[in-house]
Amino acid sequence: MTSHEQTPVPDELKNNVEVTTFAKLLSPLFSGIYNWGRTRSMWPMGFGLACCAIEMMVSQSARFDLSRFGMELMRPSPRQADLMIVAGTVTKKMLPQVVRLYNQMPEPKYVISMGACATSGGPFKEGYNVVSGVDKFIPVDVYVPGCPPRPEALLYGILQLYEKLDGQKISTSPWYSNKEFPEIPVPLLGPDLIDLRSVSNDTPQPETATVPPTNQT
Amino acid sequence: MAEKTVTVPLAQLTPEMASLQERFGDAIQPAEYEGIVVANDRLLEVAKAIRDDLGYDYLSSVTGVDYYEKGYFEVVYHAFSIARGGGPLVFKARTPRGVAEIPSVVSIWGSAELQEREAYDMFGIRFAGHPDLRRILMWEGFEGYPLRKDWKEAYFEQDHKPFDSRWPNGYHVPAEERVQLHDNLTFNPEGFNVETFTPEAETLLYGGLTAVPGNGNGQGLHTDSIIINMGPQHPSTHGVFRLAVRLNGETVEDLKPVMGYLHRNHEKIGERNTYIQNMPFTDRLDYMCSMANNFGYAITVEKLMGIKPPERAEYIRIIMAELTRVMNHLAFCGFLTNEMGAFFTPWIYAFEERELILDLFEMASGSRMMCNYFRFGGVLRDLPEGFMEMLRYLVYERLQQKTDEIEQLITDNEIVRSRSIGVAVLSREAAISLGAAGPVLRASGVAYDVRKAEPYGIYDRFDFDVVTRRHGDVYDRYLVRIGEIRQSIRILKQAIEQMPVGEIQAGKKLYQVRVPAGQAYGRVEAPKGELGFYVVSDGSPNPYRYHVRATSFINLGTLATMARGGKVADAVIGLGSIDTTMGEVDR
Repeated sequence: MTSHEQTPVPDELKNNVEVTTFAKLLSPLFSGIYNWGRTRSMWPMGFGLACCAIEMMVSQSARFDLSRFGMELMRPSPRQADLMIVAGTVTKKMLPQVVRLYNQMPEPKYVISMGACATSGGPFKEGYNVVSGVDKFIPVDVYVPGCPPRPEALLYGILQLYEKLDGQKISTSPWYSNKEFPEIPVPLLGPDLIDLRSVSNDTPQPETATVPPTNQT
Repeated sequence: MAEKTVTVPLAQLTPEMASLQERFGDAIQPAEYEGIVVANDRLLEVAKAIRDDLGYDYLSSVTGVDYYEKGYFEVVYHAFSIARGGGPLVFKARTPRGVAEIPSVVSIWGSAELQEREAYDMFGIRFAGHPDLRRILMWEGFEGYPLRKDWKEAYFEQDHKPFDSRWPNGYHVPAEERVQLHDNLTFNPEGFNVETFTPEAETLLYGGLTAVPGNGNGQGLHTDSIIINMGPQHPSTHGVFRLAVRLNGETVEDLKPVMGYLHRNHEKIGERNTYIQNMPFTDRLDYMCSMANNFGYAITVEKLMGIKPPERAEYIRIIMAELTRVMNHLAFCGFLTNEMGAFFTPWIYAFEERELILDLFEMASGSRMMCNYFRFGGVLRDLPEGFMEMLRYLVYERLQQKTDEIEQLITDNEIVRSRSIGVAVLSREAAISLGAAGPVLRASGVAYDVRKAEPYGIYDRFDFDVVTRRHGDVYDRYLVRIGEIRQSIRILKQAIEQMPVGEIQAGKKLYQVRVPAGQAYGRVEAPKGELGFYVVSDGSPNPYRYHVRATSFINLGTLATMARGGKVADAVIGLGSIDTTMGEVDR
């Protein structure tokens, strides 16, 4: 059969079509299997920024043992990671790298904002080099409060993420649709941090705007 | 402010300063509170005399102060003598705010290199003759010099804390309405066009990496060198830190550390805080050993206030500081072996002990990592029930045993020895000149420990040795730390036996301490080396200038010397052997 034309389904085949929509009924089962697999092999990226990184590492150590929850080891490369734990203060100088790392992670990808600094800037919010919340740039699934949060708190945050994952459906979840997942524009370091999204809203730009060169390789 | 002018006492000149004044005449003037002011045109000459003739061969701290109302910048130098120990020789140089140029002393003390770059970054003071004057904590192209008193950042509310009421008329005013310059992410100045804007390229950084001329493999074959970047997200860099390395094959020709990825504006925030509000911020400097940071800040402000904590508090402080050292050095062993390829297994052994020590900290202060336990003239609260029993068990039984165990696993390990002996060598002269501190300095054969050289607290009562090794390689740095764990256990045993009962706080507990006008430089031997705080008070509730002489930051200046000529994998071990914490490097 080489013809790709859309032809109306003949009446005598209607029954067969009914059978294929049976997949809809199986969808919850598939979703369940997907989610089960995902929650039991969630690999975080070893991405420590500041003090919280130490507590994140401690949560892997013998007393807390993160690998009970399917996180055997931290991946050094974003390409192999499912979960980004933003552990620590996100500074303006570091933010382009954080966004780039997030873009480099394969979907489905999740973000836990660990600690007060990553969530809102924390005690350093008034600092001139501190981003007041990583969620201004990348979508965050779970916030873990604390300065720094105890390892137990991080474990609880991860379990909360699993709970969220269990509600995912193949049919509605953005990860499984055909659409390409949009990249987040990497902010620039100019006279101050330049969020390309806010700049392009203010000044109308031509459609063929090229991506400005970045200063990092 | 003319009406507020008070006569500030000029410093009493020590005999050494007087001899300098005799020799250089008008170029030397007594400064306010402490030290001497040196005329700019003769600064290099005087500095050379200070180093060579007076023997102050160790330049510990260089920092700027912005005297906005008087219209000048002051650069303050604290130089110490390695051989004699004792206090600093403080000398200062001044430059009008409009000119902002001072001769660089890098040719005399190598340790000034990174610190002068920091002063340039934060104040815009140009150092004439500096070999590589670039921004260090902020990025190239950042507008303004943040630590100048007239520079205001986003989220700026008021000059000083405590701020006015957030509920002025009984209802809450949200932050967006209180701040003057609004959000720190809506950057859109006049005339700025993102289309035509090109970010600063890092040509200066890469151009500064010197190639070894006539490189090759020695057989007439010409090879090209390449520049690679490690970090800021890299598993071996201990946090967000970047190394720009020029490589010839696998051999490092030159290396430059790039930092500032965790620059959290500690000093700017610290100048707005009240004195006591800075205490929790010091926890977050070197987050592996928060108690040691507390200690340094507490004794500096106590110097200004002229108070002394009671006996029991002194002993509690020593116990906390030494436990911190044990914990830090154990964790160091884990991280170092991690760098060598023993992926996280020794680290888990080391962190087992760390957890137990953190339990003690939690019992005393209520927090595992960010203890915020020290107060001016004492500590926050007395030791709880059960603390001493647990401490005795750790000190007398467990820690000793575990140190032996770790040493058994690592010290004679064939792989560790072959990876670390003779690797990343730092000579004695280079270590002193580059301002290395702590175990890095002592592994190069310099028996210099602030606890012995200028005892603070009650360290003069304890019997312990300064652990020193001679070769200055990675293996020696590791052995020095193992030796220091044993010495710390010795101190802990003495402290437990001598521990008195009594008060833990001199005077009343105060939320707002009164600090008289003055200047003080306090330093402690933190686990990573000499940690200094320079505080300038003008008598108001907030410090006028608050500077941290961060050990890791200055120790990183030795990395290029260590790594040149070695293999790139050894540069990573060299970095691990310095034992840096990025929170302290970038502040």
